[in-house]
Amino acid sequence: MIDFMPNLNHFLTLSAILFTIGLFGALTKRNLIVILMSVEIMLNGINIALVAFANYTIVAISGHVFALFVITVAAAEVAIGLALIIAVFRTRDTIDLRNINLLKW
Amino acid sequence: MESVTGAIAFWILAVAIIGCAVLVLTVPNIFHSALFLVGCLGGIAGIYILLNADFLAAVQILIYIGAVAVMLIFGIMLTQDVVKSNVSNHYRIPALGLSGAFLVILLTAIFGTNWQTQSPSTEASTGSIADALFSNYILPFELSSVVLLTAIIGAIVIAKER
Repeated sequence: MIDFMPNLNHFLTLSAILFTIGLFGALTKRNLIVILMSVEIMLNGINIALVAFANYTIVAISGHVFALFVITVAAAEVAIGLALIIAVFRTRDTIDLRNINLLKW
Repeated sequence: MESVTGAIAFWILAVAIIGCAVLVLTVPNIFHSALFLVGCLGGIAGIYILLNADFLAAVQILIYIGAVAVMLIFGIMLTQDVVKSNVSNHYRIPALGLSGAFLVILLTAIFGTNWQTQSPSTEASTGSIADALFSNYILPFELSSVVLLTAIIGAIVIAKER
């Protein structure tokens, strides 16, 4: 029987499901931009867990600060990732992972 | 969260977030998947409001929907093949098994732990975030600005035409 009123477990479950969807996308997709989006979904799932812990347990504000740092690093990661994707597209003319195999032995 | 409206909002947002996240990975056009990602991130901003994290909800909308999503769409526009580009590799079944097993482990850990919860406080969090950032977390705060600066300069250098 699922409890209708949301508590900590509900938010953590939502976070776990989001992380798993992002993990599946990062493992299976061939397009670099979609992989970047999957990583964003994973980071957002983690943020939900951090904020839920901050709201329901005694550690209080630390969860919010950690989520803020995660958002900062995620923004930096997207900037660098897109610059790399554009550089790869300029030299290889594709962003399909199957064709980016220069380092593959 | 005590009110029934909060509970209804949570279930609507949760279904919308998970639906959008699944659609990001399943629609064939990656421009559409970027739009579904915006829906997913907006729903997460709603979840932050339900969790009394008003500042983070604003940051989520400003940074993710305002900057990251626009940057992703920008990247999609700069690289060709929008229409049928959201393709998968042939590791779908192993990846599904692996992430399913990971989800089972996470859920077992979540529901097997006796969390020491307390009833949430409803006061605004912005002031206490500022206090924490400029006292306990001053070094990570300054370091994150260096990280951002490095990332911006690095992105310019990497993406520059040679």
